[in-house]
Amino acid sequence: MFNRDRWKEILEVLTSNWFRTVLTAFGVFWGIFILILLLSAGKGLENGIMQDFGDIATNTMFMWSRSTTKPYKGLPKNRSFLFKVEDVQAIRDKVPNLRFISPRNQLGGFNGTNNVVRGIKTGAYNVYGDYPEISQQDPMTMTSGRFLNYNDIREKRKIAIIGEGVRAGLYDKGEEVLGSFIKIQGVNFMVVGTYKKKSNDGDGEEAQKEIYVPFTTFSQAFNRGNDVGWMAITANDGTSITSIKDKIMAVVKENHKVHPDDQRAVGHFDLYEQFQRVQSLFGALRFIAYFVGILVLLSGVIGVSNIMLIVVKERTKEIGIRRALGEDPWSIKLQILMESIFLTIISGMAGITLGALFIYGVNTLLDMNGPVDMFLNPSVSLGVVIGALFILIVSGLLAGFIPAQSAIKVRPIDALRTE
Amino acid sequence: MIEIKDLHKSYKMGSNSLHVLKGLNFSIAEGELVAIMGSSGSGKSTLLNILGMLDEADSGSYTLDGVPIKNLNETKAAKYRNKFLGFIFQSFNLINYKSAMENVALPLYYQKVPRKEREEKALKYLEQVGLKEWATHLPNELSGGQKQRVAIARAMAAEPKVLLADEPTGALDSKTSYEVMDLIQNINDEGNTILVVTHEEDIAHMCKRIVHLKDGVIVEDKKVEQVRAAQYVK
Repeated sequence: MFNRDRWKEILEVLTSNWFRTVLTAFGVFWGIFILILLLSAGKGLENGIMQDFGDIATNTMFMWSRSTTKPYKGLPKNRSFLFKVEDVQAIRDKVPNLRFISPRNQLGGFNGTNNVVRGIKTGAYNVYGDYPEISQQDPMTMTSGRFLNYNDIREKRKIAIIGEGVRAGLYDKGEEVLGSFIKIQGVNFMVVGTYKKKSNDGDGEEAQKEIYVPFTTFSQAFNRGNDVGWMAITANDGTSITSIKDKIMAVVKENHKVHPDDQRAVGHFDLYEQFQRVQSLFGALRFIAYFVGILVLLSGVIGVSNIMLIVVKERTKEIGIRRALGEDPWSIKLQILMESIFLTIISGMAGITLGALFIYGVNTLLDMNGPVDMFLNPSVSLGVVIGALFILIVSGLLAGFIPAQSAIKVRPIDALRTE
Repeated sequence: MIEIKDLHKSYKMGSNSLHVLKGLNFSIAEGELVAIMGSSGSGKSTLLNILGMLDEADSGSYTLDGVPIKNLNETKAAKYRNKFLGFIFQSFNLINYKSAMENVALPLYYQKVPRKEREEKALKYLEQVGLKEWATHLPNELSGGQKQRVAIARAMAAEPKVLLADEPTGALDSKTSYEVMDLIQNINDEGNTILVVTHEEDIAHMCKRIVHLKDGVIVEDKKVEQVRAAQYVK
């Protein structure tokens, strides 16, 4: 196969009619170019949307309590109840494969009233009572100081971690934040850290305007007792939260004497399910890209096949001579196949290269003009390129197969008679 | 060297079949120079094609150098052609985009002879036909006689048992024809077995034996006094 004479011949044949070769090559070039473009556009969209998910642990569900809709064990319907701290331990005991269970309480909220005061400045912020694990479920970057720890929880320290948005609202530029005090609904908390969250969609700004205080402190300071507002529950990698969420909800339903079939008593939001939905959307997009790309490529491949048939026809006599001189039919077949594969790969490589350059150009444009919503860093992975090469080799083989077959089907005696 | 017995061949032309060879028997010994004569349609080309393993007989036997030639698949036929036979065609059949030397080296390439050795041998045979200086020229830069000489060099390159020439002078003027026949005679003098198909009397008489074919049967098979072509070549 790696034979100098054979390669020389391949080049001789392909260069003997430049214009035709280039036109033929264009079909394959165009097909692979479109394929690369579609795949990278899909990837760009995927990157853009994945960025909106940020670093959030996606194998997570959020769960909160609502009113019951069925009477159960002598209790009426329309009864409201709250999760208790004990529920957390119960879930931990009864449901395996859970990574984090974070009970949370909250003050404020969307369009809440001013609840935080510092000196003469006031602001409306979300205030959360949290456990330290929350920083792994909803990751944030500490810009100064520290996050909560279990000593804070145990000792019910009155400390707070504030977002960069809160700091901008309550502090002057350059003012020292750590060690200062803010008053949340009349209770003083010492600020021990500031954070920033990575996320660039609409919630981005809101996410910087949060204040985290220890869960136990929150309960005591704001008179929540054992109540838990809601929970963020993350499953171990390898176990989807979707598959065990029913078990989790069954545990809390039992604890609070809620009818097991009462679907509405416990509200939840399954991030993993949403994430999977988005993932499958991208899967579909990729499928469409491959489907369309390969169809376009196919028409190019048919072009190659066509030209190879003509080449074989033109060379019928030559093939006859070579067979009279004793060339193995397999060698002739191999020759035609290699010509076809070579042409396909060369034009395909040109397509891949130009596609990559095009993507590079788009990226440069994107970088220059700032981020575009839901579109980021369109790219193709090395795997895709290798896959495309594989597709090219296969299609080159396919394109050459019929012509090669027709080349050896001609009997040498007939071939020699052709003028 | 060549032995055929009761060779039959017919072609189907639509509904009726054309019986071309009607039971040929003859043998050729080593070192012979045989002319096969006959008018067109006499079956001489068909015979040559069967001898050259380009076509297969319907019945009868064909033995070449002790090897029965029967039921060959294409791969085997190609191998035998390469090993046993050298072809010389009326229309030269050189490959246009290959130089004279590459054309001559082609049969050796199919024998997987290493490149260097191939080129040396090709040059040797080109020298023998007097075209060493033309080794790098393409066929369309050569005259008809030169082309045929390259073709003869190519036929000999693989050192075959038998050379089969199909109207080797058919496309040449008489002066070049004699030059080519002179070359063929010289090759025969060295002991090579050569079969020439021709319809020209003078060319036939430059062989040592003439087999006359008519309507698919041998009508005459005689030894002749060889006329040397050299006397016409100045």
